[in-house]
Amino acid sequence: MTAILAMVVGGLYAVGLYLMMRRGIVKLILGLGLLGHAANLLIFTSGRVVRGAPPLVPEGMAAPVEAIADPLPQAVILTAIVIGLGVQAFALILIKRAYQSVGSDDLDAMTETDRW
Amino acid sequence: MNDLIVVLPVLAPLTAAVLGILRWRSIAWQRAMALAGGGVLMVAAVLLLAEVSRQGILVMQGGNWPAPFGISFVADYMAAIMVVLAAMVGLAVVVYSWHTIDEGRQRFGYYPLVMVLLAGVCGAFLTGDLFNMYVWFEVMLISSFVLTALGGERQQLEGAIKYVTLNLISSAIFLAGVGVVYGMTGTLNMAHVAAVLEEGHRPELVPVVAMLFLVAFGIKAALFPLFFWLPAAYHTPPVVVSALFAGLLTKVGVYALIRVFTLIFVQDISFTHGIILVVAGFTMVSGVLGAASQSEFRRILSIHIISQIGYIIMGLALYVPLALAGAVFYLIHNIIVKTNLFLVAGIAHRLRGSYQLARLGGLWREHPWVGVLFLISAMSLAGIPPLSGFWAKFLLVRAGLELGSYVIVATALGVSLLTLFSMTKIWAEAFWKDAPTVDGSPVDGTAGKVPATMVAPVVVLAAVAVAVGLAGGPVFELSMRAAEQLMDRALYIHAVLGAQP
Repeated sequence: MTAILAMVVGGLYAVGLYLMMRRGIVKLILGLGLLGHAANLLIFTSGRVVRGAPPLVPEGMAAPVEAIADPLPQAVILTAIVIGLGVQAFALILIKRAYQSVGSDDLDAMTETDRW
Repeated sequence: MNDLIVVLPVLAPLTAAVLGILRWRSIAWQRAMALAGGGVLMVAAVLLLAEVSRQGILVMQGGNWPAPFGISFVADYMAAIMVVLAAMVGLAVVVYSWHTIDEGRQRFGYYPLVMVLLAGVCGAFLTGDLFNMYVWFEVMLISSFVLTALGGERQQLEGAIKYVTLNLISSAIFLAGVGVVYGMTGTLNMAHVAAVLEEGHRPELVPVVAMLFLVAFGIKAALFPLFFWLPAAYHTPPVVVSALFAGLLTKVGVYALIRVFTLIFVQDISFTHGIILVVAGFTMVSGVLGAASQSEFRRILSIHIISQIGYIIMGLALYVPLALAGAVFYLIHNIIVKTNLFLVAGIAHRLRGSYQLARLGGLWREHPWVGVLFLISAMSLAGIPPLSGFWAKFLLVRAGLELGSYVIVATALGVSLLTLFSMTKIWAEAFWKDAPTVDGSPVDGTAGKVPATMVAPVVVLAAVAVAVGLAGGPVFELSMRAAEQLMDRALYIHAVLGAQP
């Protein structure tokens, strides 16, 4: 399972970076989104993928009896996904406004900041 | 009580932002809240520094969960000093914004955004948890994204796209690094990570992760060769926003670098810190050369940020107490002076209606006080004694000479000379030469009056810069204590984790 996930992570990084190197700003945002997903899956994978019981301590005991799934990577990923959602929503509006004001979705047309 | 002191620098601006948003339509209310938030933050920050110097490292365990399980907030000298500086810049910026930010921007939540940014910055300084640091970075970034784009001018939007893209890549790399660290050590608490790595856990992976963090924070701190987003973005928003970013945002990346490369990744110093030293040299040189080719007030200052970052990173790379003290001193000096230079550029713009050096001129004759304020900051940046920049550079050079790193010392001194060149260029063009004329009549822009809210922050920051220079001894003592605390990792680990391993 870990090997499959590792390949998926690698694939996501590759596709994300490829999209970001294109000139269109829409592809840029898609690429950024994929990079975020790749990082999330990487955390999930590196937190050990095991099938286990939920991390609950039975009543009257100090520690769980059987092997448990580690809840922390999931909590971390959940937070990262929520943050990613907010950032991507902002990025979408930003590229829409940029498209309206530049009149093109080509990154190479956005050279106003380099002019002096 | 200690718990409150540690988190108050985060809570104060956050509360101010929330209270401000509650009355969305009232700009006056939001401004009042921002002023109150900045004021409380300033008091809280000074209180925190005083308590840290009285009691040593202060730790707050979130939700009272003992250390490796909950999220810890840790205030040592380094963090407390940074919070004080953030408060100073924040307050100056809020006051300066009063008459410089147009109503359209203020209407779209300018003040609450500045407050959220300050909360994110202070959170990143105070947190003791790697993932929590990522969260504070994002809080800071999202508000800086909006501040960059707010106003929606074409140049701003283009700058924002570049800024947003590069910072999101950096965040993704940071997140990947956090994931790998968790996989290696099974913990995210920085003190615990340091303790686990100390035991020689998976040593072959450590340099790999260290490089992930170096790249992630290097993009945020604008290190060579990852700085290219900065010249494209920092000069596009209103000058006061640039001042805020210049003073704080890149320095948060620098702080994060100093934190992880003094606490966590110290297993293979000759490798990691060797790379950092080379990077520092190139950062200094490329920043100063980039600035020398510019002829716009804000662009020169923006690109100069890069070169200054190189000096601070040089202090980290040399990795002895004296050099780290130099880095801390440089941070103190640079945050104040850099912010102030941008604010002075804003005053020049108000007087002449342009940032182009060719269109400026004659400011010294008409407004000598602006010239004096600029000179104090500019000469301090270049490192002319007895101003603050001199002592900072002196410490770094001294440490470099003691270690025998002559190449980096020579680079630092040469770059210093070029900094002086850039500053005198601005001085000669904007202040000294006669005002430009077309057919005998002056090309005057909006020769507006400069309100007191613009002058006061500049005067105060300039006074602080002079004071830091004149009181070089006490500030050095403080930096030295901060550096010794940074070098003594056991102290930090013990403060956070307590007696247990």
